[in-house]
Amino acid sequence: MAMNYSEKVMDHFTNPRNVGEIEDASGCGTVGNAVCGDIMRVYLDIDDDGVIQDAKFKTFGCGAAIATSSMATVLVKGKTVQEALEVTNKAVMEALNGLPQVKVHCSLLAEEAIHAALWDYAEKHDLVIEGLEKPVTDIGEHDHSHGHGFEEDED
Amino acid sequence: MKQIYLDHASTTPVRTEVLEAMLPYFSEEFGNPSSIYPLGQEASDAVAAARKTLASIIGASPREVFFTSGGTESDNWAIKGFARAHASKGHHIITSAIEHHAVFHTCKALERDGFEVTYLPVDEHGLVRPEDFEAAIRPDTILATIMFANNEIGTIEPIGALAAIAHEHGVSFHTDAVQAFGHEPIDVNELGIDMLSASAHKLYGPKGVGMLYVRKGIKLENLIDGGQQERGKRATTENVAGIVGFARAAELACAEMVPEHDRQLALRDHAIRRILAEIPHAKLNGSWKERLANNVNFSFEFIEGEGMLLQLAARGICVSSGSACTSGSLDPSHVLLAIGLPHEIAHGSLRLTLGRSTTQQDVDFAIDSLKATLENLRMMSPLYEDFKQGKVESVIERLAADGFPYTS
Repeated sequence: MAMNYSEKVMDHFTNPRNVGEIEDASGCGTVGNAVCGDIMRVYLDIDDDGVIQDAKFKTFGCGAAIATSSMATVLVKGKTVQEALEVTNKAVMEALNGLPQVKVHCSLLAEEAIHAALWDYAEKHDLVIEGLEKPVTDIGEHDHSHGHGFEEDED
Repeated sequence: MKQIYLDHASTTPVRTEVLEAMLPYFSEEFGNPSSIYPLGQEASDAVAAARKTLASIIGASPREVFFTSGGTESDNWAIKGFARAHASKGHHIITSAIEHHAVFHTCKALERDGFEVTYLPVDEHGLVRPEDFEAAIRPDTILATIMFANNEIGTIEPIGALAAIAHEHGVSFHTDAVQAFGHEPIDVNELGIDMLSASAHKLYGPKGVGMLYVRKGIKLENLIDGGQQERGKRATTENVAGIVGFARAAELACAEMVPEHDRQLALRDHAIRRILAEIPHAKLNGSWKERLANNVNFSFEFIEGEGMLLQLAARGICVSSGSACTSGSLDPSHVLLAIGLPHEIAHGSLRLTLGRSTTQQDVDFAIDSLKATLENLRMMSPLYEDFKQGKVESVIERLAADGFPYTS
């Protein structure tokens, strides 16, 4: 099936920003699983003021999975932890000028990967981040349904 | 940018000779073969000549060859038409777990109509075991439909042996030969095939035309009712230009079959050897021996297929994948799962299918590009990171330890 990716998606897939790892990251989260074909891992470097100084990712997945991870890391960089929570899957999709319907789940995974890294940061630093719930689709907990509970593009 | 087309199992370009043979039938010899005046008769003669050519290629008589709109219609007609015509004798059909969707979904449709279907498993090479086939035959089995060669992994099934078993038990035998016709020698009498589906666009003919061979004496219900075309068995004004093109393409394919087969087979083996030698964590899918001469299908660990396809497309290389993400569904290919691949590596498969215009340079460029693409995607992969750090095992290493062949 031919994928109608936006130029923005192709750009972030072809030249992904922030690929890599952060040693001794403030927080690291991995979501998805290989059986379903998507895994995203996000590393965050968060300073004492709670500002995200750096974000890196590694993703196993399709073009959209790589592009959404790339965009999500771009969007959270420089933001405070609270602001990073506003980076929803919808925000990631909008920043990429949309995703094909069958790829919307990738943007949810990107949001969850950020949340998982923030959760790890909060646990390591004994913090409570208001509004952050424990990410549900960590490796092994994926429910294979792919299609519920996330905001979809309404175009 | 130069395009390197390595997806000939999807479709092929129409050959110049084929196009030339077809052209007069659009505007000059445009008559309806059912018309009585010369313009109609000339079209009718062209269809008859094409039928004769195609019949002779598979050792059939012209009256046993029917034109259709393509391989999918041929499969639908053979299976549904046979099942409906023989429902009073039994309701059981046998097929394999790796059929093309044209057969698979047709069988599913018949299940909804009350037929029972056995989907035979295949071995790790994608081969149906004759003993499994025989064991699946029941007193109410009426039809078996097993593909000649698989479209994804290129495995060539033991059609002669399977058809012989079917006949010992009074079961009729259909084969979807869409990938094999014009590429492998096929004689329906030698192999004992009762019905055979083929399509023109897989052998440098036009899209939208196919054929169904039906052995004399086999009864089928019509799928398409209407006029008296195809002796009242398949209505619709004949696709005259398409039919002429199909016959010309098949004639050329047949004349060139042996040297072209051997040339592509050498290129194929060159590609397989290079990938196994130069790309780690790779596995050849399907049999190496019982394999179409143009098919290379690999799984690569730690990466997902769509990303690989997009990066290769960016380098001008047109290939396909059994990955879920490229099929519009979220499950990986049923063929790769049926040969025992775990989901993780079924997502990372790649199919290269060579053709008449493919050169060794093309193959080498594609493999060089593939190496670069995989390095790039693996560098981005959290699975590869975990593997490098010893946190997870390699699935392909585990398969190799379990005796799966052709891995790196």
